[in-house]
Parts: sequence; C-alpha cells; structure tokens
Amino acid sequence: MNELQQLYQEVILDHNKNPRNFGVLSPCTNHAEGRNPLCGDHLEITINLDSNQINDIKFDGSGCAISKASASIMTTLAKDKSIDEVKSIYDKFHFVVTSKKDVELDLEELGKLAVFAGVREFPARVKCASLAWRTLISALENKDSQVCTE
Amino acid sequence: MTKQLLNKFDIDKIRNDFPILKTIVHSKPLVYLDNASTTQKPQAVIDKIVEYYTSYNSNIHRGVHLLSQIASEEYEDVRTKVQKFINAPMSEEIIFTKGATDSLNLLAYSLGKQYLKAGDEVIISQMEHHANIVPWQILEKEIGIHLLITPIDENGDLMLDEFETLISEETKIVSLVHVSNTLGTINPIKEITKIAKSYGSLVIIDAAQSIQHLPIDVQDIGCDFLVFSGHKLYAPTGVGVLWGKMDLLNAMPPYQTGGDMILSVSFDETFFNEVPFKFEAGTQNIEGVIGLGAAIDYLTSIGIDKIKKYEDELYEFLRLELAKIDGLRFIGNALEKSSACSFVHKSIHPHDMGTMLDMDGVAVRTGHHCTEPLMRCFKIPATTRASISFYNTKEEILVLCESINKAIKMFN
Repeated sequence: MNELQQLYQEVILDHNKNPRNFGVLSPCTNHAEGRNPLCGDHLEITINLDSNQINDIKFDGSGCAISKASASIMTTLAKDKSIDEVKSIYDKFHFVVTSKKDVELDLEELGKLAVFAGVREFPARVKCASLAWRTLISALENKDSQVCTE
Repeated sequence: MTKQLLNKFDIDKIRNDFPILKTIVHSKPLVYLDNASTTQKPQAVIDKIVEYYTSYNSNIHRGVHLLSQIASEEYEDVRTKVQKFINAPMSEEIIFTKGATDSLNLLAYSLGKQYLKAGDEVIISQMEHHANIVPWQILEKEIGIHLLITPIDENGDLMLDEFETLISEETKIVSLVHVSNTLGTINPIKEITKIAKSYGSLVIIDAAQSIQHLPIDVQDIGCDFLVFSGHKLYAPTGVGVLWGKMDLLNAMPPYQTGGDMILSVSFDETFFNEVPFKFEAGTQNIEGVIGLGAAIDYLTSIGIDKIKKYEDELYEFLRLELAKIDGLRFIGNALEKSSACSFVHKSIHPHDMGTMLDMDGVAVRTGHHCTEPLMRCFKIPATTRASISFYNTKEEILVLCESINKAIKMFN
C-alpha cells in the first residue's frame, strides 16, 4: 500500500460515504460543537448519557473524508461504553495519529483504530482525524461546549 | 499550443528564473498552483537580498557611515519604483507596511480616529478578505460606524445596482477588493470609485490579488488609497505598500509611534516626522523593501501587459480543462476574472482533494481562503483553489486535471 492508500483505506472511504450514527439526538443530555476553521469542518456531537454510560451518540455536520470517517467510527466505538472507557480509547487513538512514523503499532490490539495509522504520514490531517474525538471529550466534560482546533 | 506563446513569451527562460520550480515533491515535479496564497521568488529577488546582507546591511536613515547611506538609498529608491509601478503622483505617498493586512489596519485605525464618527457608513463587499472586514467591524464597536455590505450575484459579480442603493451622503469610505482571492472576480473599481466620489466618499482599493496580474494606475482609477502585499508580487513576505493621496496622509494621525517617525521628542511634546516617515515607526523590513524593488524591476523587465496576456490565455485553458471533469463545479463565474479558480466536487471534500493533489506534486489551496462570509453566501464550507502565475504552463494544468481525475476514481 502506498501512503495515499494507507490514508484512504477502504474502511475510511466506506464510513465517509455511509456514515454510521449520522444525525442529531433530540432530546440529548450532552452536546458539543467542533470546528476546524482552517478547512471549514464543522461537527456536532449529541449524546444521551445515563449514569456515566453513553446510551446513544450521533454526529452531524460536514467535513473531509478523514474527519467524517473518524467521527463515524468513533460513534460505533463509544456507544454503550462508560466515560472512562471512552477516554482510554481516545488515548489510544491519539497515540495512533500522533506517534512518530517509525514507532511500531500493535494493529491487532488497536482494532478499528488501526485504519488511522496512515494519518501519521500526513501531519496536516491529524487535526481532521482528531476533531470528532476532541468534541466528544468536550461534550462529556461540559454539557454544552465548543471546540476549535486552532 | 505553448509553442505559439513562446514567440512572445519565453516560458523556459522565465521558469529558469525561479529556482524553486525545479523542486521535486513526493517524487514528482512541483506544480505550484497556489500563487494567490503567495508567489515564488525569482533569482533576482533572492540575489538582491543576499547582496544587501553581504554588502551593505545597516540601519537606514540613521548612520553617517557609508553602509547606512547605501542601504538608505536602496530603500528609498524602491519608493520611486513603487510610485512608477502604480503611477502614483509622488514617491512620498508610498508607505511601506508589513503587507496588505497591515495597510488596511493602518487605514482603519488612522482614518477611524481622524475622520469617522458615530453613524458614518463604510461600504465593503460580500467577497472581501477577512482583512478588509474585521478592522471595520472593530470600528463599528469602538466608534459606532455602520458597516454596509454590497452583495454579489450567483456568478460572483458585484451587484452594482445594490451598491447604488446602499451608498449615500452618510458613506464616508468605500473599501473594495480589486480581484477576489477566492472567486477571481475582477471588480469594476473605476466605475465604483466614480460613483463613490459623487457622494463625497473616500475609496480604498485592496489590490493584493491584482497588483501581480493587472496593470495598476491609481490616478486612472481615481481612488484615494490602494494597498497590496509584497509577497504576492514575487517579493519577500513581511513587506507591503499603502499608497494614499498626500493631503489625506498628511491629515492622518500615525498608526504606531517610536523611532524614525518623529522629528523631535521631549517629555513635554513630540513632533511627528513628515509623510511617509510618520507611518514607518521603528526599524523597517529593509531586506523586504529592497527585495520588493528587485521584484518590481524583474516584472517591469518582462512587462505587466505581456504577463497579463499570457496569464489570461493560461487561465482560460485552466477553466476549459477543469470544465471537462465530471461532477466538478466552479465557485465564481464572473464575467471578468483573473488567476484564482475555485471549485468543488460533488463527492470529494476540498481537504481530501488537496491531499490527493499534493501527492502528485500539485500545490493548491483548500479551505475558506479567509473569506468565510463568501463561503456562507455560496452555502459551502470550503473550496479547492488553483491560482496561476506567468511561470505556470498548460502542461502543468494538465497534470492538475489528471490528478483530480485520479482522486475522483479513488473516491467513487
């Protein structure tokens, strides 16, 4: 696989075309908006939280394939998880997209997050991949919040 | 087809003047189509900066020593070069700034203090760069002026009839972009200036995207101020120009204060230096100004009319070739356009497009291009923008199109 195919893996292209959990939960317990002013990406995350467990989660908005696929995959991973579990998945994700190229990743252990390993080669795209996660963490910490990548 | 142009325009020679064009990006030859962001620098500009630092680096307007005299002369010569380049009446009307943004901020601050009061109106347009929006918004809050926006139609042409309904005796300033950095629209600045003048309004022209593509004659336009950046004119970053009519500049208070802009300072009173020095506080970007002079010499040696002719033909070729691509839509179809060509594709986000093109060595800009209100007007978050220069070729445009087609294949 060349760098481009590594970045735009089939899974990412599929989630970009057919995003999972796309839309807005209404009513919801927690909500956050995330913006990447450089590329105009705008995401909205809505959650229904019940005693520290994410019962339901949706994302809405517009963005590039990387940010959309990241948001879509994130919702599938976060559903039915506790806040602590989600935070530890985020830590793993953060490591995947920001680690140096020569750091070996345990792809099996990473599961679905392994598709984001290609982002490491494209420093300009780390913000795209991270926007949804940062917005989700913010929504979990504050009921209504705004996140900006700049 | 390029051969036909070669007779009048030696593209191989010109490309040789720009050393960076030989760069290899991701194992591919660089195709630099991000000229509206910044232009590449010809060897003549690079050499001039090296000459300054190796031969006469010193502070200007200060030393009795020889190096300072040479540097001061070189620096002041550029004022005359800029004056001739834009056909300004006097070289003292040329003020060096950090760039177009700095020039616009200077104007908003200085004119705002001197000339505007609550209830006065300033008219801009929907296609302005943030640099010609935000400084006026600050005056809305600080002074209580009203900022009015001239709308554009779906093609990206300014709606002149709407402008005529907005303008009134209350209008004190019309500040307008000459060429849109996003749409490529060339605005009818002469006509607008004439209308604005009939209401007694001052006119500011943002020439950041026109100075490098079109012949500019401030006396012919009839405007009061004109601003541009050096780095979009093949000169270094961090240098720009504000041109203004002498009587207006004389009446305006300084923007920043400090060294070089004063005649005498005591703890009781300070006397400001005359224009242009009144507006050039502190040690200036000497290498930048000297580099700007070299860029103007270089462009003048080719001829801005020749440059325009070549770029017009190349731009038309770019539009024709892009129009052949399925699912691609232009953002900006104004009657008169220059250099910048924005587009979106139905199934590929501009950011993904930018990454795909980059891997083929093609540099374009993606995003909102610092024109967010304009993006909202077209109901899109971002575009991909290819912007040409006279060192680009038709072959490069074909590389761009091939790369776009490759991206489409991958995303479909």
